Amino acid sequence: MHLGNYLGLVHSSEQQLVDAFKQVAEHHGDEPDIYQTCMLLSSWSQEHVKALKPFVDRYSEEKNDEPERLSQSLFEEPRSGSLALLRDLHDLWLITNEVHLCWVVILQAARALRDVELENLCQRLDNQTHRQQAWLLTRIKQAAPQTLVVAA
Amino acid sequence: MHETRDSIAEIWGERTPYVGEWPIRVDERTLEEPDQWVQSACVLCSNGCGMDIGVKDGVIVGVRGRAIDPVNHGRLGPKGLHAWIANRSQERLTQPLIRRNGRLEVASWDEAMNLIVQRSQEICARYTSGAIGFYTSGQLFLEEYYTLGVIGKAGLGTPHMDGNTRLCTATSAAALKSTFGSDGQPGAYTDLDTTDAILHVGHNTASQHTVLWMRILDRRRGPNSPKLIVIDPRETATAKEADVHLALKIGTNIPVLNGLLNLIIEAGQIDRNYIEAHTVGFEVLKNTVSHWTPERVEQVANVPAAKLRAAAEILGTANTLVSTALQGVYQSMQATAAACQVNNLHLIRGLIGRPGCGIYQMNGQPTAQNTRECGADGDLPAFRNWDNPEHVAELAKLWNVDVNIIPHWSPPTHAMQIFRYCEQGSIKLLWISATNPAVSMPELTRIRQILQKDDLFVVIQDAFMTETTELADVVLPAAIWGEKTGCYTNVDRTVHISHKAIEPPGGARSDFDIFVDYARRMDFRAKDDAPLIKWNTPEQAFEAWKECTRGRPCDYTGLSYEKLSRGGGIQWPCNEQFPDGTPHLYPDGQFNTSYDYCETYGHDLDTGAATTPEEYRANAPKGKAFLRAADYLPPHEQPDQEYPLWLTTGRLVYHFHTRTKTGRSPALHEAAPDAFVQISVQDAKQYGITEGEMVEVISRRGRVVEKAIVGEIEPGVVFIPFHYGYWDKPERSRAANELTITEWDPVSKQPHFKYAAVRIRKAALVINQIADAIGQDADTVTTVLKP
Repeated sequence: MHLGNYLGLVHSSEQQLVDAFKQVAEHHGDEPDIYQTCMLLSSWSQEHVKALKPFVDRYSEEKNDEPERLSQSLFEEPRSGSLALLRDLHDLWLITNEVHLCWVVILQAARALRDVELENLCQRLDNQTHRQQAWLLTRIKQAAPQTLVVAA
Repeated sequence: MHETRDSIAEIWGERTPYVGEWPIRVDERTLEEPDQWVQSACVLCSNGCGMDIGVKDGVIVGVRGRAIDPVNHGRLGPKGLHAWIANRSQERLTQPLIRRNGRLEVASWDEAMNLIVQRSQEICARYTSGAIGFYTSGQLFLEEYYTLGVIGKAGLGTPHMDGNTRLCTATSAAALKSTFGSDGQPGAYTDLDTTDAILHVGHNTASQHTVLWMRILDRRRGPNSPKLIVIDPRETATAKEADVHLALKIGTNIPVLNGLLNLIIEAGQIDRNYIEAHTVGFEVLKNTVSHWTPERVEQVANVPAAKLRAAAEILGTANTLVSTALQGVYQSMQATAAACQVNNLHLIRGLIGRPGCGIYQMNGQPTAQNTRECGADGDLPAFRNWDNPEHVAELAKLWNVDVNIIPHWSPPTHAMQIFRYCEQGSIKLLWISATNPAVSMPELTRIRQILQKDDLFVVIQDAFMTETTELADVVLPAAIWGEKTGCYTNVDRTVHISHKAIEPPGGARSDFDIFVDYARRMDFRAKDDAPLIKWNTPEQAFEAWKECTRGRPCDYTGLSYEKLSRGGGIQWPCNEQFPDGTPHLYPDGQFNTSYDYCETYGHDLDTGAATTPEEYRANAPKGKAFLRAADYLPPHEQPDQEYPLWLTTGRLVYHFHTRTKTGRSPALHEAAPDAFVQISVQDAKQYGITEGEMVEVISRRGRVVEKAIVGEIEPGVVFIPFHYGYWDKPERSRAANELTITEWDPVSKQPHFKYAAVRIRKAALVINQIADAIGQDADTVTTVLKP
């Protein structure tokens, strides 16, 4: 059974999100809504990491270092300015999509295992992942025209 | 001089207790006997009292309330009775000014307008119209906002338009849209004549809406007095009158409101049939509020459980209820979320859409409703949905322009973001009308820096030199109320006309004429090559606006200048179906939430994430209202060891906004001549501060020095009124917004003026220390302590 592998993947991806949201918050501290919202969304992923713990134990997580590679390639160095903000939000969106896909995959496994607890967890956390994605998309759409067309 | 009452000493005047119809009491104050009375309405708060302007020899000599008007039945408040004197101030701007070699110098209208046009064209050519922003007001007239809206959206095509309504009333609009699908207050002021109970949340009605408060006091002094509940951290005059005052901790509106909803749901005091037939989201709401037991509310919000129960008992059993919310909700943490809970209270009890049941998501300014309606705040005109291609196409057809010129690719840019773009340099021209951001916006050091940027061209139209005009590149002298004709809509949707009573001073021109002139000089054209702005007079603009509103919730098509000039104000929608206007929206529980009609597809209350059209369509509420639930999120800045106190800011009864008008009335000025810091008896004792002593208040963003007033506030909280800047007293740092935070509500984008962490100390200590260190006397030091 490879469920442990995927739980490892989502577990580390969520941990990556905790850090990445914080990192973007701090790099763009002069954008008040970015700072406040990224800190809030980081705390959601922190809760997810905690909520996953019993299932990671149940299905003996396999260490998965893919997310680290992903976030390393996404956040190589701190960036600032409006284009950098857009790129950072873009990269956060990519990681949240990684997480979302994990929930889809694990949910399928949970159903096949008749693990109702894991099924409920996947649905609850995926809902919050969706809220993270929705905010990123809203903010990206807002920033894109000014950044790409007007800003120097 | 003729004065029916001393409104400075007796703010609300004599009581006229009543049942049934609110008695008439005509308040009047004139310096000389007028030759002529000209119909108007008051522009000193969002209540919109009907008022006549008294004129003698071409000068305003006084005002009186209009007995016939349904809003005020003849009454006027202290600001209305006094502030008109500013029209004749010797300090009025009468000539355009242009900055040359760092100094503002007198210029002709041609020079000023040509310069603005030249800069607009250069900037558009080089950076697109996305480098131009407009920041307007809650003070202009409907015809002016609509003209500005069409210029911005279909002439230039910039998404960067907002008003200072973002600071005062954006949450009102956001909460109404979130719950009911569109802006528009559900009730009428006549609800106060019959209601069983009144709830004020973060609304110091006695001070901010004095005439509304007269009506409430008159009901309370009559037989069959309605119960009154007030939620406010300060012991205001409103709170003192209350049967139950919930003095909550700063930033805890959600815990208190959720706690009330929980008690009402637990007690089964809800209208299950109404909930089932007319709302969506009850189960989530019930689950969310169920965690807020009275004991938990007491722990988090410092409101005694017994008091919460007493309030819930009244709210849960009243057969009719009028609720109001204002800045204590709108300018605090979770603004939209908390305002929505007030809507929820009415929906779960079915107390909406009938006499005695009103929700007032109050407006701050007299014409704020029109800023929102006409698209001058970035929303699309007549409550159209920028995310709905059909709505955008309707406007393109109406204006006969290519649909793609209308910015609809992302949400309209809110004021705080407009200033951020100015700060970053991507907005190069900022055109400010009738507002004073250098005093009214948060974190003034930052705002001053932005307005002074070399690469930002700042145009301002105002009646007076202000802290903001000092930093402008072009200043245009504006005609104001009494000097121009136009309409405006108050908080209960009552539309009034205000006729021109006198000529503006010198070369001052109405904002309407300035905008039309700009459109002509910019040569904005429709697809058929005809001018885009097809009107030259306010009445023609009103007729054009009527067409824009046809079939929308704010339908004006049944109104005309002639009809509005016949008597009192009329409530929209006013059309063929409702020729006399409409007291209550949603009488049948059908709300404006259908996919094709709604003004918004909604937002996540915690993050502001937009609901996509596809998601909205999938969950189609089809005319049901949304019960939006929210759990508690603590304020972003909390008192700590370094900054141990909460600062909250607000208004005073005698002043409006940054006092450009009220500060020029000797009576109003003398009634409230300077800012102050209000501190609790306990804190005063701890810091060794006595009444009248100067106190330094410091936040992470700035410092002010204010005179202390002790008492009537919770320990740990200090209050400073935000009206006071530097135009009449430049020597002391005193503007409350030196201290406030640059942050905003995720949905309404309204800044959080209601909390900041501060520390205080006796100013004498500081001044003496500095004086010692630099070898000067304390008075010299005081005068150099400028912002």
